[in-house]
Amino acid sequence: MSPFRRTWGAPLALALLSASGLVSALVSEHWGDAWSWVALGVPVAVMAWHAFRPASRPPGHR
Amino acid sequence: MLSAQALRTWSWLHKWSSLVCTLFMLLLCLTGLPLIFHHEIGHLLGTEVETPAMPAGTPRASLDRVLDAARAAHPDRVVQFASLDEDDPNLWFVTMTPTPDPTDDFRSVAVDARTAGILAQPRFDEGFMWVMFKLHVDLFAGLAGKLFLGLMGLLLLVAIVSGVVLYAPFMRRLAFGEVRRDKSPRIRWLDLHNLLGIATLTWAFVVGATGMINTWADLLFKYWQHDQLTGLLAPYRGQPLAPVAERASVQASMEAALARAPGMKVSFLAFPGTAFSSPHHTTFYLRGDEPLTSRLLQPVLVDARTAQVTAAPDTPWYLTALLVSQPLHFGDYAGMPMKILWALLDIVTMVVLGSGLYLWLKRRQPRTLLQEAGVALPEAAR
Repeated sequence: MSPFRRTWGAPLALALLSASGLVSALVSEHWGDAWSWVALGVPVAVMAWHAFRPASRPPGHR
Repeated sequence: MLSAQALRTWSWLHKWSSLVCTLFMLLLCLTGLPLIFHHEIGHLLGTEVETPAMPAGTPRASLDRVLDAARAAHPDRVVQFASLDEDDPNLWFVTMTPTPDPTDDFRSVAVDARTAGILAQPRFDEGFMWVMFKLHVDLFAGLAGKLFLGLMGLLLLVAIVSGVVLYAPFMRRLAFGEVRRDKSPRIRWLDLHNLLGIATLTWAFVVGATGMINTWADLLFKYWQHDQLTGLLAPYRGQPLAPVAERASVQASMEAALARAPGMKVSFLAFPGTAFSSPHHTTFYLRGDEPLTSRLLQPVLVDARTAQVTAAPDTPWYLTALLVSQPLHFGDYAGMPMKILWALLDIVTMVVLGSGLYLWLKRRQPRTLLQEAGVALPEAAR
Protein backbone atom coordinates (compact mmCIF):
# COMPACT_ATOMS: atom_id res chain seq x y z
CA MET A 1 0.00 0.00 0.00
CA SER A 2 1.34 3.43 -0.89
CA PRO A 3 2.05 5.78 2.03
CA PHE A 4 -0.69 8.09 0.79
CA ARG A 5 -3.32 5.36 0.76
CA ARG A 6 -2.12 4.07 4.10
CA THR A 7 -2.63 7.46 5.75
CA TRP A 8 -5.58 8.81 3.80
CA GLY A 9 -7.52 5.76 2.52
CA ALA A 10 -9.81 5.31 5.53
CA PRO A 11 -10.27 9.05 6.30
CA LEU A 12 -11.19 9.77 2.67
CA ALA A 13 -13.63 6.87 2.56
CA LEU A 14 -15.32 8.05 5.78
CA ALA A 15 -15.43 11.66 4.59
CA LEU A 16 -17.06 10.76 1.27
CA LEU A 17 -19.47 8.35 2.95
CA SER A 18 -20.58 11.02 5.44
CA ALA A 19 -21.01 13.58 2.67
CA SER A 20 -23.15 11.19 0.62
CA GLY A 21 -25.43 10.65 3.61
CA LEU A 22 -25.82 14.35 4.37
CA VAL A 23 -26.88 14.94 0.76
CA SER A 24 -28.97 11.81 0.13
CA ALA A 25 -31.47 12.64 2.90
CA LEU A 26 -31.93 16.11 1.43
CA VAL A 27 -32.95 14.82 -1.98
CA SER A 28 -34.99 11.73 -1.12
CA GLU A 29 -37.38 11.04 1.74
CA HIS A 30 -37.21 7.26 1.41
CA TRP A 31 -33.95 5.60 0.31
CA GLY A 32 -32.14 8.87 0.99
CA ASP A 33 -33.07 8.84 4.68
CA ALA A 34 -32.11 5.20 5.06
CA TRP A 35 -28.77 5.76 3.32
CA SER A 36 -28.01 8.73 5.59
CA TRP A 37 -28.41 6.50 8.65
CA VAL A 38 -25.85 4.05 7.22
CA ALA A 39 -23.51 6.75 5.96
CA LEU A 40 -23.38 8.62 9.28
CA GLY A 41 -23.66 5.47 11.37
CA VAL A 42 -20.55 3.82 9.92
CA PRO A 43 -18.14 6.59 11.05
CA VAL A 44 -19.69 6.47 14.53
CA ALA A 45 -19.27 2.69 14.63
CA VAL A 46 -15.67 2.90 13.36
CA MET A 47 -14.82 5.44 16.06
CA ALA A 48 -16.43 3.36 18.77
CA TRP A 49 -14.63 0.20 17.60
CA HIS A 50 -11.18 1.82 17.62
CA ALA A 51 -11.74 3.84 20.79
CA PHE A 52 -13.10 1.03 22.96
CA ARG A 53 -11.50 -2.15 21.63
CA PRO A 54 -9.11 -3.79 24.09
CA ALA A 55 -5.40 -3.53 23.38
CA SER A 56 -4.76 -6.77 21.53
CA ARG A 57 -1.34 -6.18 20.02
CA PRO A 58 1.88 -6.90 21.85
CA PRO A 59 3.59 -3.84 23.30
CA GLY A 60 6.06 -2.22 20.94
CA HIS A 61 4.16 -3.24 17.83
CA ARG A 62 3.94 -0.51 15.22
CA MET B 1 5.55 16.02 3.04
CA LEU B 2 5.36 19.19 5.08
CA SER B 3 8.54 21.20 5.41
CA ALA B 4 9.64 22.10 8.93
CA GLN B 5 8.50 25.68 8.32
CA ALA B 6 5.08 24.59 7.00
CA LEU B 7 4.57 22.26 9.95
CA ARG B 8 5.32 25.15 12.32
CA THR B 9 2.89 27.43 10.52
CA TRP B 10 0.05 24.89 10.44
CA SER B 11 0.67 23.98 14.10
CA TRP B 12 0.48 27.66 15.05
CA LEU B 13 -2.75 28.05 13.07
CA HIS B 14 -4.30 24.93 14.59
CA LYS B 15 -3.30 25.93 18.11
CA TRP B 16 -4.60 29.49 18.05
CA SER B 17 -7.76 28.97 15.98
CA SER B 18 -8.77 26.14 18.35
CA LEU B 19 -7.79 27.88 21.57
CA VAL B 20 -9.85 30.96 20.78
CA CYS B 21 -13.01 29.08 19.79
CA THR B 22 -12.88 25.94 22.00
CA LEU B 23 -14.82 27.22 25.01
CA PHE B 24 -17.53 28.72 22.81
CA MET B 25 -17.67 25.55 20.72
CA LEU B 26 -18.09 23.45 23.87
CA LEU B 27 -20.96 25.75 24.85
CA LEU B 28 -22.51 25.40 21.38
CA CYS B 29 -22.18 21.60 21.45
CA LEU B 30 -23.74 21.43 24.93
CA THR B 31 -26.65 23.76 24.16
CA GLY B 32 -27.15 22.24 20.72
CA LEU B 33 -27.66 18.77 22.18
CA PRO B 34 -31.16 19.43 23.64
CA LEU B 35 -32.04 21.57 20.62
CA ILE B 36 -31.67 18.51 18.34
CA PHE B 37 -34.61 17.00 20.25
CA HIS B 38 -36.65 20.18 20.81
CA HIS B 39 -39.76 18.58 19.26
CA GLU B 40 -39.58 15.50 21.50
CA ILE B 41 -38.75 17.57 24.60
CA GLY B 42 -41.72 19.82 23.82
CA HIS B 43 -43.97 16.76 23.72
CA LEU B 44 -42.59 15.54 27.05
CA LEU B 45 -43.03 18.93 28.70
CA GLY B 46 -46.52 19.24 27.24
CA THR B 47 -45.70 22.49 25.46
CA GLU B 48 -46.42 21.11 21.99
CA VAL B 49 -49.87 22.14 20.76
CA GLU B 50 -52.22 19.48 19.37
CA THR B 51 -55.34 20.16 17.32
CA PRO B 52 -58.55 18.27 18.21
CA ALA B 53 -59.63 15.52 15.80
CA MET B 54 -62.38 16.55 13.38
CA PRO B 55 -63.86 14.80 10.35
CA ALA B 56 -61.63 14.97 7.27
CA GLY B 57 -62.70 17.78 4.99
CA THR B 58 -63.87 20.07 7.80
CA PRO B 59 -63.83 23.49 6.13
CA ARG B 60 -61.16 25.96 7.12
CA ALA B 61 -61.86 29.30 8.69
CA SER B 62 -60.81 32.47 6.88
CA LEU B 63 -57.24 33.46 7.72
CA ASP B 64 -58.62 36.90 8.63
CA ARG B 65 -60.65 35.34 11.45
CA VAL B 66 -57.58 33.44 12.63
CA LEU B 67 -55.61 36.70 12.80
CA ASP B 68 -58.51 38.49 14.50
CA ALA B 69 -58.53 35.86 17.23
CA ALA B 70 -54.83 36.45 17.87
CA ARG B 71 -55.29 40.24 17.81
CA ALA B 72 -58.16 39.98 20.28
CA ALA B 73 -55.86 38.10 22.65
CA HIS B 74 -53.19 40.81 22.35
CA PRO B 75 -54.89 44.08 21.38
CA ASP B 76 -51.76 46.06 22.28
CA ARG B 77 -49.59 44.17 19.74
CA VAL B 78 -49.29 43.79 15.96
CA VAL B 79 -49.08 40.61 13.92
CA GLN B 80 -45.51 40.07 12.75
CA PHE B 81 -45.68 36.57 11.30
CA ALA B 82 -48.14 33.74 10.91
CA SER B 83 -46.89 30.25 10.16
CA LEU B 84 -48.58 26.99 9.35
CA ASP B 85 -47.29 24.08 11.43
CA GLU B 86 -45.00 21.85 9.35
CA ASP B 87 -46.66 18.61 10.48
CA ASP B 88 -50.22 19.75 11.21
CA PRO B 89 -51.87 21.84 8.45
CA ASN B 90 -54.73 22.68 10.82
CA LEU B 91 -52.52 24.67 13.15
CA TRP B 92 -51.58 28.34 12.74
CA PHE B 93 -49.00 30.04 14.93
CA VAL B 94 -49.44 33.81 15.01
CA THR B 95 -46.52 35.86 16.35
CA MET B 96 -47.54 39.10 18.10
CA THR B 97 -44.99 41.83 18.84
CA PRO B 98 -45.12 45.47 20.00
CA THR B 99 -43.94 46.77 16.58
CA PRO B 100 -43.01 45.14 13.24
CA ASP B 101 -39.31 45.37 14.18
CA PRO B 102 -37.26 42.28 15.13
CA THR B 103 -37.50 41.65 18.87
CA ASP B 104 -37.31 39.01 21.57
CA ASP B 105 -40.53 40.38 23.06
CA PHE B 106 -43.08 38.19 21.31
CA ARG B 107 -46.19 36.19 22.12
CA SER B 108 -47.23 33.13 20.13
CA VAL B 109 -50.90 32.33 19.67
CA ALA B 110 -51.80 28.84 18.42
CA VAL B 111 -55.06 28.99 16.46
CA ASP B 112 -57.12 26.14 15.01
CA ALA B 113 -57.29 26.72 11.23
CA ARG B 114 -60.83 25.25 11.07
CA THR B 115 -62.57 27.02 13.96
CA ALA B 116 -60.36 30.13 14.34
CA GLY B 117 -60.43 29.27 18.06
CA ILE B 118 -57.33 29.81 20.19
CA LEU B 119 -55.84 26.45 21.22
CA ALA B 120 -52.98 27.65 23.37
CA GLN B 121 -50.57 30.48 23.94
CA PRO B 122 -47.29 28.61 24.34
CA ARG B 123 -44.44 30.69 25.74
CA PHE B 124 -41.40 29.98 23.59
CA ASP B 125 -39.51 32.84 25.25
CA GLU B 126 -38.93 31.33 28.67
CA GLY B 127 -37.77 28.15 30.36
CA PHE B 128 -34.88 25.76 29.84
CA MET B 129 -35.20 25.36 26.06
CA TRP B 130 -35.34 29.13 25.52
CA VAL B 131 -32.11 29.58 27.51
CA MET B 132 -30.46 26.79 25.48
CA PHE B 133 -31.72 28.38 22.28
CA LYS B 134 -30.51 31.88 23.10
CA LEU B 135 -27.10 30.68 24.32
CA HIS B 136 -26.79 28.69 21.11
CA VAL B 137 -27.94 31.41 18.72
CA ASP B 138 -26.78 34.78 20.05
CA LEU B 139 -25.61 34.57 23.70
CA PHE B 140 -28.54 36.91 24.57
CA ALA B 141 -26.71 39.63 22.63
CA GLY B 142 -28.79 40.00 19.46
CA LEU B 143 -27.12 40.45 16.09
CA ALA B 144 -23.73 41.18 17.68
CA GLY B 145 -23.89 37.86 19.52
CA LYS B 146 -24.84 36.02 16.34
CA LEU B 147 -21.98 37.52 14.36
CA PHE B 148 -19.56 36.79 17.20
CA LEU B 149 -20.59 33.13 17.24
CA GLY B 150 -20.30 33.12 13.43
CA LEU B 151 -16.71 34.27 13.81
CA MET B 152 -16.08 31.47 16.31
CA GLY B 153 -17.56 29.11 13.70
CA LEU B 154 -15.10 30.42 11.13
CA LEU B 155 -12.24 29.74 13.56
CA LEU B 156 -13.59 26.21 14.02
CA LEU B 157 -13.38 25.71 10.24
CA VAL B 158 -9.77 26.95 10.27
CA ALA B 159 -9.05 24.56 13.14
CA ILE B 160 -10.60 21.66 11.20
CA VAL B 161 -8.66 22.37 8.01
CA SER B 162 -5.35 22.87 9.84
CA GLY B 163 -6.08 19.74 11.87
CA VAL B 164 -6.49 17.74 8.64
CA VAL B 165 -3.15 19.06 7.37
CA LEU B 166 -1.46 18.05 10.63
CA TYR B 167 -3.07 14.61 10.59
CA ALA B 168 -0.56 13.20 8.09
CA PRO B 169 2.72 13.90 9.94
CA PHE B 170 1.21 12.58 13.19
CA MET B 171 -0.06 9.40 11.54
CA ARG B 172 2.98 8.54 9.42
CA ARG B 173 3.99 5.51 11.47
CA LEU B 174 0.52 4.50 12.60
CA ALA B 175 -2.31 2.51 11.09
CA PHE B 176 -5.71 4.17 10.83
CA GLY B 177 -7.46 4.15 14.19
CA GLU B 178 -4.43 2.97 16.12
CA VAL B 179 -4.58 4.17 19.72
CA ARG B 180 -1.33 3.63 21.61
CA ARG B 181 -2.60 2.44 24.97
CA ASP B 182 0.81 1.33 26.17
CA LYS B 183 2.15 4.90 26.05
CA SER B 184 1.50 7.91 28.27
CA PRO B 185 -2.07 9.25 28.69
CA ARG B 186 -0.98 12.21 26.59
CA ILE B 187 -0.13 9.97 23.61
CA ARG B 188 -3.32 7.96 24.08
CA TRP B 189 -5.39 11.15 24.00
CA LEU B 190 -3.44 12.44 21.01
CA ASP B 191 -4.28 9.29 19.07
CA LEU B 192 -7.94 9.53 20.11
CA HIS B 193 -8.01 13.22 19.18
CA ASN B 194 -6.67 12.36 15.71
CA LEU B 195 -9.03 9.40 15.22
CA LEU B 196 -12.19 11.20 16.37
CA GLY B 197 -11.22 14.41 14.62
CA ILE B 198 -10.58 12.81 11.24
CA ALA B 199 -13.62 10.50 11.37
CA THR B 200 -16.03 13.38 12.16
CA LEU B 201 -14.34 15.71 9.67
CA THR B 202 -17.16 16.03 7.11
CA TRP B 203 -19.94 16.27 9.67
CA ALA B 204 -18.15 18.84 11.84
CA PHE B 205 -17.18 20.93 8.83
CA VAL B 206 -20.71 20.91 7.40
CA VAL B 207 -22.40 21.66 10.75
CA GLY B 208 -19.81 24.35 11.52
CA ALA B 209 -20.08 26.00 8.11
CA THR B 210 -23.89 25.91 7.98
CA GLY B 211 -24.05 27.23 11.55
CA MET B 212 -21.86 30.13 10.51
CA ILE B 213 -24.09 30.82 7.48
CA ASN B 214 -27.16 30.78 9.75
CA THR B 215 -25.64 33.57 11.85
CA TRP B 216 -25.82 35.77 8.75
CA ALA B 217 -29.57 35.16 8.21
CA ASP B 218 -30.65 38.64 9.36
CA LEU B 219 -28.04 40.32 7.21
CA LEU B 220 -28.82 38.16 4.17
CA PHE B 221 -32.52 39.04 4.35
CA LYS B 222 -31.64 42.75 4.75
CA TYR B 223 -29.40 42.51 1.70
CA TRP B 224 -32.14 40.66 -0.20
CA GLN B 225 -34.59 43.49 0.52
CA HIS B 226 -32.04 45.98 -0.76
CA ASP B 227 -30.89 43.86 -3.70
CA GLN B 228 -34.17 42.42 -5.00
CA LEU B 229 -36.97 44.54 -3.61
CA THR B 230 -35.68 48.06 -4.26
CA GLY B 231 -36.82 47.97 -7.90
CA LEU B 232 -40.17 46.37 -7.05
CA LEU B 233 -40.85 49.02 -4.43
CA ALA B 234 -40.15 52.04 -6.66
CA PRO B 235 -43.89 52.67 -7.31
CA TYR B 236 -44.46 52.89 -3.55
CA ARG B 237 -41.83 55.55 -2.96
CA GLY B 238 -42.91 58.09 -0.35
CA GLN B 239 -45.75 55.98 1.01
CA PRO B 240 -45.79 55.16 4.74
CA LEU B 241 -46.08 51.65 6.18
CA ALA B 242 -49.41 50.26 4.92
CA PRO B 243 -51.85 51.21 7.73
CA VAL B 244 -53.71 48.26 9.25
CA ALA B 245 -57.09 49.91 8.56
CA GLU B 246 -56.33 50.15 4.81
CA ARG B 247 -55.18 46.55 4.39
CA ALA B 248 -57.11 44.12 2.23
CA SER B 249 -58.20 40.67 3.38
CA VAL B 250 -55.22 38.46 4.22
CA GLN B 251 -57.26 35.40 3.18
CA ALA B 252 -57.71 36.96 -0.29
CA SER B 253 -53.99 37.78 -0.35
CA MET B 254 -53.14 34.18 0.49
CA GLU B 255 -55.40 32.87 -2.27
CA ALA B 256 -53.73 35.23 -4.74
CA ALA B 257 -50.28 34.07 -3.62
CA LEU B 258 -51.18 30.37 -3.87
CA ALA B 259 -52.72 30.91 -7.33
CA ARG B 260 -49.37 32.33 -8.43
CA ALA B 261 -47.47 29.16 -7.45
CA PRO B 262 -49.72 26.13 -8.07
CA GLY B 263 -48.93 23.04 -6.03
CA MET B 264 -47.12 24.91 -3.29
CA LYS B 265 -48.19 25.38 0.33
CA VAL B 266 -47.84 28.20 2.81
CA SER B 267 -44.85 27.91 5.10
CA PHE B 268 -45.25 31.33 6.71
CA LEU B 269 -46.28 34.88 5.94
CA ALA B 270 -44.58 38.07 7.03
CA PHE B 271 -46.60 41.24 7.55
CA PRO B 272 -45.80 44.72 6.23
CA GLY B 273 -42.76 46.37 7.78
CA THR B 274 -41.24 43.20 9.22
CA ALA B 275 -37.73 41.95 8.49
CA PHE B 276 -39.03 39.39 5.98
CA SER B 277 -41.32 41.66 3.99
CA SER B 278 -41.57 45.23 2.68
CA PRO B 279 -43.51 48.14 4.22
CA HIS B 280 -46.25 47.69 1.61
CA HIS B 281 -46.58 43.94 1.23
CA THR B 282 -47.65 40.85 2.99
CA THR B 283 -45.03 38.35 1.85
CA PHE B 284 -46.02 34.70 1.63
CA TYR B 285 -43.26 32.11 1.78
CA LEU B 286 -44.42 29.02 -0.07
CA ARG B 287 -42.88 25.58 0.04
CA GLY B 288 -43.00 22.39 -2.01
CA ASP B 289 -43.55 18.85 -0.79
CA GLU B 290 -40.24 17.11 -1.51
CA PRO B 291 -37.48 17.09 1.15
CA LEU B 292 -35.47 19.69 -0.74
CA THR B 293 -38.32 21.80 -2.15
CA SER B 294 -39.93 21.97 1.29
CA ARG B 295 -36.85 23.95 2.34
CA LEU B 296 -36.48 26.14 -0.74
CA LEU B 297 -39.09 28.76 0.02
CA GLN B 298 -40.66 30.81 -2.78
CA PRO B 299 -41.47 34.35 -1.66
CA VAL B 300 -44.62 35.92 -3.13
CA LEU B 301 -45.14 39.61 -2.42
CA VAL B 302 -48.80 40.58 -2.23
CA ASP B 303 -49.76 44.26 -2.05
CA ALA B 304 -51.20 44.66 1.45
CA ARG B 305 -53.78 47.24 0.31
CA THR B 306 -55.07 45.56 -2.85
CA ALA B 307 -54.40 41.82 -2.29
CA GLN B 308 -52.85 41.73 -5.79
CA VAL B 309 -49.59 39.84 -6.37
CA THR B 310 -46.76 42.31 -7.04
CA ALA B 311 -44.05 39.73 -7.73
CA ALA B 312 -42.77 36.25 -7.02
CA PRO B 313 -39.03 36.92 -7.33
CA ASP B 314 -36.63 34.04 -7.92
CA THR B 315 -34.72 33.19 -4.76
CA PRO B 316 -31.16 34.45 -5.22
CA TRP B 317 -28.27 32.07 -4.62
CA TYR B 318 -27.42 33.48 -1.20
CA LEU B 319 -30.92 32.86 0.15
CA THR B 320 -30.90 29.37 -1.38
CA ALA B 321 -27.61 28.71 0.43
CA LEU B 322 -29.14 29.97 3.68
CA LEU B 323 -32.28 27.86 3.30
CA VAL B 324 -30.33 24.68 2.49
CA SER B 325 -27.99 25.42 5.40
CA GLN B 326 -30.77 25.11 7.92
CA PRO B 327 -31.55 21.38 7.73
CA LEU B 328 -27.84 20.60 7.34
CA HIS B 329 -27.22 22.37 10.63
CA PHE B 330 -30.28 21.11 12.53
CA GLY B 331 -30.10 17.42 11.51
CA ASP B 332 -33.88 17.30 11.40
CA TYR B 333 -34.38 15.96 7.90
CA ALA B 334 -34.15 12.18 8.26
CA GLY B 335 -36.15 11.16 11.27
CA MET B 336 -35.14 9.97 14.72
CA PRO B 337 -32.15 7.82 13.62
CA MET B 338 -30.50 10.92 12.17
CA LYS B 339 -31.21 12.94 15.32
CA ILE B 340 -29.53 10.23 17.42
CA LEU B 341 -26.51 10.17 15.10
CA TRP B 342 -26.41 13.98 15.23
CA ALA B 343 -26.32 13.80 19.04
CA LEU B 344 -23.56 11.14 19.02
CA LEU B 345 -21.45 13.14 16.57
CA ASP B 346 -22.04 16.24 18.72
CA ILE B 347 -20.75 14.36 21.78
CA VAL B 348 -17.72 13.09 19.84
CA THR B 349 -16.99 16.68 18.80
CA MET B 350 -16.96 17.67 22.48
CA VAL B 351 -14.40 14.91 23.10
CA VAL B 352 -12.26 16.26 20.24
CA LEU B 353 -12.49 19.79 21.68
CA GLY B 354 -11.79 18.64 25.23
CA SER B 355 -8.86 16.41 24.26
CA GLY B 356 -7.39 19.23 22.18
CA LEU B 357 -7.51 21.50 25.21
CA TYR B 358 -5.96 18.77 27.37
CA LEU B 359 -3.13 18.25 24.86
CA TRP B 360 -2.42 21.97 24.88
CA LEU B 361 -2.39 22.14 28.69
CA LYS B 362 0.06 19.20 28.81
CA ARG B 363 2.11 20.45 25.87
CA ARG B 364 5.59 20.15 27.37
CA GLN B 365 6.04 17.73 30.18
CA PRO B 366 8.79 16.80 30.03
CA ARG B 367 9.23 16.44 26.25
CA THR B 368 7.16 18.31 23.66
CA LEU B 369 4.22 16.48 22.20
CA LEU B 370 5.76 16.38 18.73
CA GLN B 371 8.88 14.69 20.09
CA GLU B 372 6.99 12.19 22.20
CA ALA B 373 4.58 11.36 19.38
CA GLY B 374 7.51 10.61 17.09
CA VAL B 375 6.52 13.13 14.44
CA ALA B 376 8.94 13.36 11.55
CA LEU B 377 10.92 16.59 11.30
CA PRO B 378 12.02 16.71 14.92
CA GLU B 379 13.78 20.01 14.26
CA ALA B 380 10.34 21.52 13.77
CA ALA B 381 9.22 20.33 17.17
CA ARG B 382 7.27 22.76 19.33
